[in-house]
Order: sequence, then C-alpha cells, then structure tokens
Amino acid sequence: MATYQEFIQQNEDRDGVRFSWNLWPSSRLEATRLVVPVSCLFTPLKERPNLPPVQYEPVLCSRANCKAVLNPLCQVDFRAKIWACNFCFQRNPFPPSYAGISEMNQPAELMPQFSTIEYIVQRGPAAPLIFLYVVDTCLEEEDLQALKESLQMSLSLLPPNALVGLITFGRMVQVHELSCEGIAKSYVFRGTKDLTSKQIQEMLGLTKQAVSGQQGRPVAPQDAAATCKFLQPVHRVDMNLTDLLGELQRDPWPVPQGKRPLRSTGVALSVAVGLLEGTFPNTGARVMLFIGGPPTQGPGMVVGDELKTPIRSWHDIQKDNARHLKKATKYYEALANRSAVNGHSIDIYACALDQTGLLEMKCLSNLTGGHIVMGDSFNTSLFKQTFQRVFSKDYNGDFRMAFGGVLEVKTSRELKVCGAIGPSVSLNSKGPCVSENELGIGGTSQWKVCSLSPSTTLGIYFEVVNQHNAPVPQGGRGAVQFITQYQHSNTQRRIRVTTIARNWADAQSQIQHIESSFDQEAAAVLMARLGVFRAESEEGPDVLRWLDRQLIRLFMFHLRRSPFLQVFNNSPDESSYYRHHFVRQDLTQSLIMIQPILYSYSFYGPPEPVLLDSSSILPDRILLMDTFFQLVIYHGETIAQWRKAGYQEMVEYENFKQLLQAPLDDAQEILQTRFPMPRYIDTEHGGSQARFLLSKVNPSQTHNNLYAWGQETGAPILTDDVSLQVFMDHLKKLAVSSSA
Amino acid sequence: MSQQGYVAAPPYSQAQPGMGAYQGGFGSGPAQPLYGHYGGPPQAPPAGVMKSPVSSVAGMPLSPVSSQYNPNVQQNGAHPQSYPAPPAVSAPYGQPPHSLYNNMASPGPPPTQQLTNQMSSMNLGNYGNPPPPASSVAQQPFQAPPPSSLAPQHMPPGPQSPHMSPQMSPPQSPQANMPMAGQSMAGTPMAGTGRPFPGPPPQGPGGFQQPGLASAGQPGYPQQAGQFGGYMAGPQPNMPGGFPGAPSALAGPPQKKLDPDSIPSITQVIEDDQVKQGGEVFSTNIRGQVPPLVTTDFTVTDQGNASPRFIRCTTYSLPCTADLAKQCQVPLAAIVKPFASLPKNETPLYVVNHGDTGPVRCNRCKAYMCPYMQFIDGGRRYQCGFCNCVNEVPVFYFQHLDHMGRRVDFYERPELSLGSYEFVATLDYCKNNKPPNPPAYIFMIDVSYNNIKSGLVKLICDELKTLLEKLPREEGMENSAIKVGFVTYNKVLHFYNVKSALAQPQMMVVSDTAEMFVPLLNGFLVNYQDSRAVIYNLLDQIPDMFADTSESETVFAPVIQAGVEAFKAAECSGKLFIFHSSMPTAEAPGKLKNRDDKKLVNTDKEKTLFQPQKSVYEQLSKDCVASGCCVDLFLFPSQYSDMATMADVPSHTGGSVYKYSNFQVETDGEHFLRDLRKDVQKSIGFDAIMRVRTSTGFRATDFFGAVYMSNTTDIEMAAVDCDKAVTVEFKHDDTLSEETGAFMQCALLYTTISGQRRLRIHNLSLNCSSQLSELYKSCETDSLINFFAKSAYRAILNQPLKNVREILVNQTAHMLACYRKNCASPSAASQLILPDAMKVFPVYMNSLMKTAPLVGSTELSTDDRAHQRLSVTAMGVEDTQLLLYPRLTPLHNVDVDSEKPPAPVRCSEERLTDSGMFLLENGQSMFLWLGQASPPDLIQNLFNLPSLAHLQGHMCALPELDNPLSKKVRSIISSLLEKRPNSMKLHIVRQRDKPEMLFRQFLVEDKGLHGGASYMDFLCYVHREIRQLLT
Repeated sequence: MATYQEFIQQNEDRDGVRFSWNLWPSSRLEATRLVVPVSCLFTPLKERPNLPPVQYEPVLCSRANCKAVLNPLCQVDFRAKIWACNFCFQRNPFPPSYAGISEMNQPAELMPQFSTIEYIVQRGPAAPLIFLYVVDTCLEEEDLQALKESLQMSLSLLPPNALVGLITFGRMVQVHELSCEGIAKSYVFRGTKDLTSKQIQEMLGLTKQAVSGQQGRPVAPQDAAATCKFLQPVHRVDMNLTDLLGELQRDPWPVPQGKRPLRSTGVALSVAVGLLEGTFPNTGARVMLFIGGPPTQGPGMVVGDELKTPIRSWHDIQKDNARHLKKATKYYEALANRSAVNGHSIDIYACALDQTGLLEMKCLSNLTGGHIVMGDSFNTSLFKQTFQRVFSKDYNGDFRMAFGGVLEVKTSRELKVCGAIGPSVSLNSKGPCVSENELGIGGTSQWKVCSLSPSTTLGIYFEVVNQHNAPVPQGGRGAVQFITQYQHSNTQRRIRVTTIARNWADAQSQIQHIESSFDQEAAAVLMARLGVFRAESEEGPDVLRWLDRQLIRLFMFHLRRSPFLQVFNNSPDESSYYRHHFVRQDLTQSLIMIQPILYSYSFYGPPEPVLLDSSSILPDRILLMDTFFQLVIYHGETIAQWRKAGYQEMVEYENFKQLLQAPLDDAQEILQTRFPMPRYIDTEHGGSQARFLLSKVNPSQTHNNLYAWGQETGAPILTDDVSLQVFMDHLKKLAVSSSA
Repeated sequence: MSQQGYVAAPPYSQAQPGMGAYQGGFGSGPAQPLYGHYGGPPQAPPAGVMKSPVSSVAGMPLSPVSSQYNPNVQQNGAHPQSYPAPPAVSAPYGQPPHSLYNNMASPGPPPTQQLTNQMSSMNLGNYGNPPPPASSVAQQPFQAPPPSSLAPQHMPPGPQSPHMSPQMSPPQSPQANMPMAGQSMAGTPMAGTGRPFPGPPPQGPGGFQQPGLASAGQPGYPQQAGQFGGYMAGPQPNMPGGFPGAPSALAGPPQKKLDPDSIPSITQVIEDDQVKQGGEVFSTNIRGQVPPLVTTDFTVTDQGNASPRFIRCTTYSLPCTADLAKQCQVPLAAIVKPFASLPKNETPLYVVNHGDTGPVRCNRCKAYMCPYMQFIDGGRRYQCGFCNCVNEVPVFYFQHLDHMGRRVDFYERPELSLGSYEFVATLDYCKNNKPPNPPAYIFMIDVSYNNIKSGLVKLICDELKTLLEKLPREEGMENSAIKVGFVTYNKVLHFYNVKSALAQPQMMVVSDTAEMFVPLLNGFLVNYQDSRAVIYNLLDQIPDMFADTSESETVFAPVIQAGVEAFKAAECSGKLFIFHSSMPTAEAPGKLKNRDDKKLVNTDKEKTLFQPQKSVYEQLSKDCVASGCCVDLFLFPSQYSDMATMADVPSHTGGSVYKYSNFQVETDGEHFLRDLRKDVQKSIGFDAIMRVRTSTGFRATDFFGAVYMSNTTDIEMAAVDCDKAVTVEFKHDDTLSEETGAFMQCALLYTTISGQRRLRIHNLSLNCSSQLSELYKSCETDSLINFFAKSAYRAILNQPLKNVREILVNQTAHMLACYRKNCASPSAASQLILPDAMKVFPVYMNSLMKTAPLVGSTELSTDDRAHQRLSVTAMGVEDTQLLLYPRLTPLHNVDVDSEKPPAPVRCSEERLTDSGMFLLENGQSMFLWLGQASPPDLIQNLFNLPSLAHLQGHMCALPELDNPLSKKVRSIISSLLEKRPNSMKLHIVRQRDKPEMLFRQFLVEDKGLHGGASYMDFLCYVHREIRQLLT
C-alpha cells in the first residue's frame, strides 16, 4: 500500500482532486470536531495528456433528481445489461448502444483508471469562440502604443475562425464595426449614461436585423455571425482590424490641469455585455478589458475626475468614506451576473501605477472566470507576456481555455455539498445533495464557470450528514461525482466526469488513520480560501480572529501575514487582485502564495530551499524568492560587492558567473510557465527593492532583538510584526489554555 | 402718363415750403362753401380745427360746393378734351366724361392735387404734359377717391347726380344700395363694392355708352371723374397761377371700377424716384433726411449717419409726443440690417481700435463713442447724446477742440465722423473672457431613403467639393478660417472624422438620440484646406454608403442638438446646414406628428397651424443661441412636414429656411444649388448680440426678426448675415425735442468669420416735430410695410386671421384719415387724399393681406404659409417690398442692345398682352409668362422650338442659344438671380395653361386667387373707412 503522500499525489494527477481528509469521519459530530471540513480542491480541466476523450455521450442515471453519470464505481449486471447508480441506487438499463457490453468488453467509463473521463457531445452547432477587446484609450502615448502592438499581435494568436470585436472607450464608448470596407465606422455611446441591454442592442441596430433580416431569408441563430457587424471572424477582418488598432488614438478630449481623464469603463463594459447578450447568448466569449486607470465617470465610476480627491484607500473604506464604492460595486456585480448567465467571461488587464478600481470591478472576473492582470504599464514584459500567455496552447495545439463551464457535484447520501469557492456563480440548482449550511457559494449543486483554464481550481466544501447514532457501516465508501460540461476551445461541447470515493472511518476507533489521511497542504489552502472568502465580505480583523480560532498549523502564520488577509500596505486593488488569484489557482500555486518559497544559492552547495526567515538573508548567498506574484532575486551583501567589482567578467571567476546565472535560469523557468507573469525583481542587499523580500520573511531578527540574538547571521528587519517564534509560543500557550 | 395725374405729393410735402401762403387758405371748413379749399384758415392747423371742416365737407354742405364749382369744372373741360391723346384706355371714355364732367378737371394747379381715378384717366393727358413729371410728382398731393366708398355718400347729394352721366346713374344706384354696409361686413367688401356688377366685362353696365370696349383693363365702367372734379375744380381757378401744371384733383366719384391707371402706381413711383435720385450720391450728413427708395440705385456716403442700407425708418421725423404718435398711428420703427452688403463703390466699415480698455463708452447708458457725443470743457469731457451724462474723456483719447468746438481729430476718427464703423472688442466682450475660435460650418445631410432616391445626397456631396473652396474669408486672407464638419443622419447620426492625418475618413454612429452628444473632438471640425483629400474621399463615399438604405424615418431635434454640442465642445460658434427630407417621425426628442388640418382654416384655431409644436424646439433655440449655433434648413419634403415647428429653430437663430417641395434633381437641382452657394458664401457674423440705444424720450420696445430675445433689450442672434434684418419698434416715454432730434445707436457685438470679436455700430439721427405733417412727409412706405408685414405675421400666432386683417385695414384707414384730417387741405370728403410719401401704401397693404399667411384659404399649403410667415420675419425692406409688389417686366419688346433693363409694369392682368412675354419675380419665385399669341420667332429664339405648343411642361431654364434675344433674356434673368438673396426657380408658364394660376397669384393688383380684393376695390374700401373715421 502506498503512503498517503503517494495516494494523494496519484489522485491529484489523475483526477485533479485533493481532499483535506482522505478518510472521512463517519458522522456529523466527528466531522465537526475535526475543524477542517471535509472538502477538496478540484481542478476540473486538469491537463491529462493521456486522457483521450470518448466520442459519445455519457449514460445517465434515469432517476430524475439524480442523473449521475455511469462510472467505475457503479455495480453492473452484465447479463441483465443493468447498472446500479452508486449515488441513488437506482437500477438503470443500459441504452441500446451498449448491447454488446460484457465483462470482457467494458466501455471506458467503467474502467477504474477512467475515474475521470471526458465525453465529446455532438449536439448543437459548433459555436465559435468570441474575443471582444474593450480598450481604454485614456493612456499615455507609450502605453497605448504598447497595448496596440500587443493587441495586434494577439490577432495572430487567435484561432482563425474566432470572432473578434473591438470596443474602445475614454470619455465616449465606441463600438467598432469591422465588416465594412472603406470608411471605418463605429457606434458611439455617451460615457455617462446607463443603458439597458435592450437600448444598447437597439442603438447598435441589432434588434432590427434580427427581426427583419434580409428579405426572405430565414433568420437562423448562426446568422447572427453574418449579420453582426461588430463581431467578425479573425481571418476575414485581420487586416482591417490591424489597421484599425494601428490608427487608435489617445482619447482626444482635453484633460484640464488637475483632472483625471474621463474614463467610461462602466458604460464600455455595459455595452460589451449588452452586445454579446444580444448576439451570442450562451456561447463562449471573452471580454478583455484593458484599463489604464480608474473609471471616472458614469455608472461604475470609482473616483471623480478631480485629482485632488485620491482614489479610496482601505482607510477610507473602513471609515466608510469611499462614496462611489458601494454603487460601483453593485453596478459591476449586476454586469458580472448578466455576463455569467450568458456564459461570457470578463478579463481585466489593469496597467497603471495607481489603483484602477479593481476592488469594485473584481467581481467581473471573479464571477465569470475571467483573468485579472495587474501591472504598472502596458509597456512592460509583465503585461506583454502575460497577455500572450492567455493564448497559450496545450500539447494538442488547443487553447488553454474553455468556456461556459457548468460544474455539477453529486454526492452519495451521507455527504452533502455546502458550497464552492472559486471563479464561479451559483446556478441555484437545488437537489438532494445540497446542504443547508453554506460555505462559500452554497445552496446549489451546480456552478457556472464561464471560463476555465487547466489550472482553474475550485474549493468545494462538504458536510457529513450522518448522525452520530447512525454511523456509516464500516468499510463503506462515500462517493463524489464532478460533472463538468464546457465548450472546448476547439468549439466542441464536452463533458468531463470525475468520480471519486473515500472510505468512511469511525473517528473514535480510527482517529490515527484519519489523522494520517489529513492533507495538510490541501487543508491549508482550503481554509485559506474560506478565510479569503470571508475577508471579501467581512472586516479584516474578524477574519483573523476566526482563523485564529481554527486549528492552525504552520502555514497560518504566513497566511495571517499574507496580502490575502492583511490589507495593511496594500491598496484595495492589490488586495482584490491577490485574492482573485488565490481563489482560483491550484494547490501548488496557492501554497506558494501563502508561504513564498525561498531558495538560496551559494558556493557551498547546490541551491537549497531555506526557511522564509530573516536568518536566511546572508551576505554570501543569492536568494530567489517566489511569492507567485513576484520573483525576487536578492544578492547578499558580499555577492553584490563582488558583482559590482565585476568579478563575473573575469575568466578565473567563471564559477562566480555561474553562480550569478543559476538563480536567473531558475527564475526564467518559473517566468515561462506562470500565469499571470510575476513581477520580476533583481535586487541586492540594501537595494530599495529588497523590501519585497524583507516584507515576506519571518522577522526572527528585528531591531528589537538584534543585539540580543547576536549578529553572526541574517539581516534584521525593521518591523513590529511578531516573528514566527513568538507566534508559535503564543499559540502553544493558547492551545494549552483553551483545552483546559 | 396716368401717373402724373395722380402722382401727388402730399399737399404739404412740397407745397409747404413754397406754398405756405396759400395753404393757409385751405382747408378750413368755412371756406369751403365759398371756394372750397382756399377759403379756410391755414392748414397747418391743429387737428382739432381740421375736424370741423372735414366733417362739414362730408356732410350736406357738399352739394352746394360742387355746384359752385361746376363752372370751374367746365373750364377744365378743355383739358379733358385735349387728352384724347392718351392711349386707348381712356379714349373710349373720353367723350362722355368730358361732356359730363367738363367741370371736373381742375386745371388749376391746386396746391394739392387731387385725383380721382376717373379724373386721372382723363386728366392725365392734360396734366401730364404741362408739368414736368418730376416736379409734379413731388408736388401733387394725391387724392384718390375710391369709387365704392364714395358712392354711397355721394349719391345722395343732389349735385352729384347732375354730374353723372345718365348712363352711369343706374349703375351707381345699385351700388349705393347694394352696398357697403352689407358687403363691408363680408370681409372683402371692396370686391363687392367696387364692382356692382360682378363681371368686369363691359356689358354689365350696358347702359354705358362706350363700354369699356376692348380697351384693356377698362371694364365698362363709365368714367366718373366728374363728380369730384367739381370740388376740385373749384379751387383751382382761384389758385394763383403758381401751379399751373400741377395736376389736380380728381374726384373720382365712386362708382364702380375706375381706371386702374388713375390710382397710384408703384412702378411709377419707383421709376420716378429712380429718375430723380438714381445714380445720385446720398450723403448722410443731414438729420432726418429721407433716403431714396430701396429700389433706387444710388450711392451713399457716410457723413455721420448710418447708410439706409443698414437702417431704414418708417419715418424720419418722429412726433414729439406720445399723443401725436398715438393720434396718427403711424408705427415708429427702424429696420436694421446690420450686415447689409455694400456695393463696391461704397467704403467698407472702418475698424477702430481703442486699445486694451475697449471702446470708449458713456458711463451711464453705455452708448459707444459716436458723432452724437458732444465734447465740452476743452475736450476734457463729453456729454452723451443719448442720456446726457457728462463723462470724462479717457486720457488716451483726449484731443483738443477747434474753434467750432469740434475735436481736432474729427476726421481722423471714424467714430466721430461716421454713422457706421466697427470697434475691436476686447476680452471683456468675449464668452468666458476667452478670445473666440474661428467659426465652423457643419453640413448635416439626411441620408434617409427619400434623399438618396431623389439623388439629392449625391448632388450635395458633389457640390460641396467645389463649394467649400469658396467659404467666406476675411479680406486679404488666402484661405477661409472657417472650419467644416460633416454629419449624415437618418434615425441615427453619423459623425465623420476627417482629420488630415487620416488616410480614410472615420464614421462614428451615435444612436442615442435621446441625449445627443458629439462623439469626437479632433478631426470633426477641420480646416478644409488641410483635410481636403480626406473630405473628398468622404464626399465620394457618402452616396455609395447609403445607396441601398431603406431607412425612411428621420430625427431632427437631435441633429440640431448635435450641432450645438459640437460647437460647445469646440468652443466656437457657427452654422448648421441641414438638408432634411421629411417630418421627423422616428422615436427621439422633437418627434412630430402630422397635425395639418385644413378644417382649422378660417377658424379661431387657425393660429395653431402657425405655432410650433413642441417645447423641445423652444429649448433648442435657446441652446442654439447660447452657443452661437445658427441653423439653416434646406427642406425637401414630399408632403406636409410641419414647417411651423421645423423652422422654429432657424427662425430664432438668424438662420434661413429653404423649401423644395417634391424635389427632383433635374428640375430643382440648379435652383437648390444656387441657394446653397449663396448661403454658404454670404457674409456673416456669428454669436451676435445687438442692442439698440436711443436718446431720451423714446426707446425700442419690440423686435421682429430671426432673433431670440432672452430679455427685453438684448437682441440675440446666433448668426446674422447680410440679408437678415431686425425690425425695431419704438415708443415714446417722454417728449422729444424738435431741436435736438432723436438719436439711435445699434451696437452689434459679433464674431467675425476669422474669429475676431467686433462691435459694429450704426448711428442714426432723426428729426422730431410737433407737426404731424412733418411725419407724413418723412414717411417711408417700404419700411412701413415691412413693419406691418412682420407685426401682422407675428399677430397671427395669437389672433384669428380675420382680426389681424381688420386691424391692418383699420390702421391703414386710421393713418390716412389722420393725415387727411390734420394735414391735407380741406376737400370734399369724397376725395381720397393720400400723403405723397404713402400714396402707394394701400397697394402694399392690400398685397400683404393677400399673402398666403394672411389669406385663410384651404387651397394653400399650411407649410408654405408657415414658411412665408417665418421668412418674412427676417426680411429687410428691399425683400418685403419686392415680395409684396413683384416686378413684372415685359420682355417681348426688350431692346437687346440696351444696357438698361426694361421697365416693369404694374402687376395686373390688364398689363399682359396675348402676344407678349413677361418676367415676374418677387424674390421667391420667378415666372416667364408667354402669351398665347407669342410670335413663333420669339419662341424660336428663346427655346429653339417651332412654336409655343412644343414647349415642354416642366422646363425650368432657358436653353443657351446664340441669338441676341436669348442672350439678353438670360442675362436679365441671371442678373436678377444674382441680385436677390434667394435663388428663384424659373417657372415657364403659358397663358391659359394650368400653371398660370400660380403666376396669377402674384398679380397683386388684381383680385386675389384665394380671396382678397383687387387694389382698386381695396382703395375704395379704405376710402370708405376713412370717411367713416372722419365723420
């Protein structure tokens, strides 16, 4: 028998699932005592190169409120050609096409190695992918130029049959018509006026076309592609659009001294959503919003155009001094929900030195599965490469994106689903396996995930419903089935089904087993997600207190300090940004976010991970820190002096050169794969950017205890934060006293 | 000839200077029994005095008088006899009248000449010859007794009958009976009264000896000059020989139709004035000087008063008191055309720069420095001529006075020596204290189905390419500073970015018509020269882009709103050229629905047809004016399009409205393009505000024009061009002094076409008099009718047409009666005596009442009526004059070698001949009328067709043929088109063809097609009214 470690790893590799507990306590009471709920991180579209999709449709349980998919856990009577649903125990006949089934001739979905299986559904017309660029033109010339180039470049990355559209905005919102020859046409909207979806469609002339059509021709849905002049296949308008983008000018309206440019982000999004709603409902589409500053007018305005009024800070928010916050948030939430209903996702690419209103707008991406990318400028490799990576392809040459996903969770009777945390919205599908207790987005067994990437991961929380006095029989297994329907980037409709099972265990007799089945990493991330989810809706300190009250292991120290829960030193936008990524990345990445990884490079041996502690900061080391959002290469004092002296240029110090190069190579490797691209920082002892490192490490040495501890190692951190040591001491005391 | 007969100066006009003496003898009642006019006390007498005589005249006493005169009359008989010479017209009647009325012709030079219709016809001959026409014109007071009105009153008196020819009496009596009473009520009384026998034809009065026989125009009425002649004659003999030749009176006994030649003729008045003052230099150095007629070709030198091209007044001598003004009821008004174009031989306005402090102005009333400021105290102070405030002269402006008390630099400073000049305005005079940007023209083309289909859009686009080269530019500048922009629209608006840097224009669609805005800033309003390539490209593409449009709905208010927003955004003023096809029915602000209801015509609700429909447009006008956005509307409707509403904004923003019903490129294209070219190239000022200041004692109280008034004094105009005039009415608020006279100063603050802020100042000084006769002498009929037209057209917004017409007639009668009572020499009540300066006033007034807006006829299109109503509002004196009395020029006998244009004839059917060809134009329409017996060679020469029958129905231009006649006619037409503010479509009509009806409605001396009296009948009616007033 493999170790739990191996088991966990194997499960993750095969099914993209990591449970906090791999043995489930058999009653509600026991489960509650365990503090960390039975829950899992599920990566619906985990890349499975060795999983060829099957070309038929899944077989469903015939019970109306079950509809579970035939899976390896089902009992099958090959002779009677009947299978029993392992969730509701309904006995179902196989469909006629399974007539040839036998023990020797089993369909894939019955084989144990296909606990995860993917079906290709042939129903309905193939829907093209849609990319709608929504571009802010209130940018600096340099930024705009860079953005234009990125956008032009992206055209070559899009699948040729994908539809593209372009909306630009500044003081006004322009929807560009792409089909026309000759004069470039665009429809213009006032940036201050909130319009209903119907009005927008009327103004764009969409409704009329739908009604009248061309004479005598029947109006078929796919005709929309032909008639909608705003969304056209890339291959047809490639040139046109490239020119159009090339001619994009900065918003021409003068910006008086002391004012911000008027930026109608709210209306632009409303138009984008309205346009897609009217033309391609329930078709995979990506609205890509590029902004260089906060919305300053109209609905969704985040800050006024007076420069003397700064954009809201956490301080303002706490003092209830952010006058546009609630209104704007409400506005964007409404948009996000409309968009989600239609299966359209919204990306936000925000590049500005100041805040851009991500706090208010985050829901756009969070609810629709869109990306948020935050940078300083469109003219940075951070943005350029991140943007390019949006269109990265997998081993099959397909885009690493899927659309219009619907994730359904089915549980066996002893288990109910409390909720999910991830880039999704509830579909409000009530069913027998929905718990009344909500954790995250609850009250449903189905969630819509408008856009999915292979790494998109949801935290799903369960509840054991068995009463203590009616325990699950020994040796029983609980099962969970994840059914993910989505539109593949090659426009196919697909369904991926993952069915897993875990043993029930009696907490009293098998507590050691349960304990050993604990997946510390998964639990940490899942708890962190809960924390973040709460932090989004509650005040910061309350969340910390809640977290403190939970059973905590090592990670929690860093989590407490992380930007996911702490708002100190972060703008509201940054917090939103970090949280956004935290609730969607897979386990590994999430761990990095919680506790950054620190590697040390030295002449004394191969690179090694070291404690994220100030004591690791030594003069003769090079440190590489990966916080997910940042990659910091820190040259210790001595190394830095050597480098300054130029030893690496000398032949006899080739080894030094190699030492310098090693972290760069490693960093490069990370940069290659990470989405969004992390901020890359190359700094050294005493450098101003060293703060990125110093703020993360455990302040074991500070100005307070510096001399007491002796000076031989490490670098003191000027902070009043408690160190891990102090934290642990305190925690121990607390744990003991509370149990007393 | 006839003219001389009646052409009469008001009794006083000339007479006074010379004739004071015997004038004294006139007028008084008592004298009459003896010698009629002469006996009485001096005429000058106050009204009160006058009255009694008058009334007596009207009364019974008359009879004796007439009898007394008989002898005289007889003496006159000689004249009549001589007159046979006169044309056929009079000939037929010649004999009988003579015999009958020998008496009538008053040979004597009555101080005042009085004519009766009849008389004139008869006397003409006589008078015509003796007195040199000019002088006669000047001197003769005119008295034209209209027949009808006289009739009743005359009949009774015994004496009259004797005069009458036996034959006549029969007709008379019926007349007298039928009469008046009943008919006057009817509304068009004159018609009835004038012709007892409806049929003009001679037969009616079969009894007449020589029924009007063939002679043109003379229906068979006998001539009746005789009757009055009696009175007139009387005096004449007694008269000192002084005025031998002067025609004299006539007493037209009323009867039916009178000789049309005997009543005052506009063409004659015009011709006389042209003869007298044409080619002369008119110096404006004399206060209260009456300028030549608008039709006269003269040159103005500015010597301290504004040229009459800029300001014309209804009278140049104001009554001193409000009471007098009220008594005479002559409106006191000035028609200001601040941007009037000057002929090449007149000096353009000087520009004065008073430096950073801005123009020197009176501290109290803010009047600008002008010739009426009196420098005192050695030049250190000056007294304002308007409010009498004494101001310090600013240091920089100080100058010593010469021995006359005039500044030494008098002749070097236009503001001291000229009536009109301009000041450079400082920032204080600019919006937001920022210098204005150059103005912009935005072309807004309706590209809905109708306009595309008619080919209009293509026509406009093609034309704009060349037209834009000719935007108005500042003297000496190579290019125009005016920016241009383009918008097309149907239900939504398309803006175009035509920035020079672009390879292709960009179109921006704005569908949010509920809240219009301008989607772009740079590149919308551009310099044509810079962006020519892009604009060409655009103009080429527009017709194609919409070639297969099926959109037939349009919006309108949002289009204007868009213009306003564009100007606001660009911080400039300018003009919108909107080419619109139909009533805006698309869902948007300012949406209109058809409310044309012929049933309302002639009811109290008729006014609603003229009232604009929605308050949206009201607000829009306000916005337009506030941002200096002038709107010119070119409308191409195929059906009712609610002109009253659609033209509301243009008519408040100094804009023009052009209407081309059922537009077709082939027939109307040229016509439209001519209008467009004129309109684009006009000299114009933007974002204007005008203030009329007056000296103490009177002030401007009411304003008529394509203007917007946000308060009671500031006349705001988004733009004002060379054809727009504002009529300003004055009222007394104190007594005026004869000595100092009255001053007015119109100050117009505006932005030039190159974006400079200027103040244009026009100063005018008027006389004041406590004698009404002065006023009547200084009246200007053309200005008067301009005022009446505008005020009547405004009144119909609030009152039933019937009331308005009544008021007009009453006021006409009142003005004339007042003259008669207070100024004219006493004479028989039956005589119609008109002041010389106003003798053609009735014909204008009659014509005004026959214009479409004032005639309640269901046959007229509501849109046309509303259109005319609004366009007249902005017209200057020249335009209203021409509109109300079209030029009818015979062309069949044109001298192809002569430089001089042929002389117009009176606008009456009687003047047409079967073999003739006539050109009629009134500034709005133009007709070439071909008599049915037109000689084939004429047709051949003009049309290259063998005969009239070959003429196509809808020809609208003459072919270019190489023969003298064709060239001449075409040059006459084109020079007219050149001269008029609007282009006119040439209608070619054949006599007796259906389209002739259109033509006929412009023969304003005839009975109106849609109702309205003939000139003659009207005169009679007015006369009767006057007599009623006098009794």
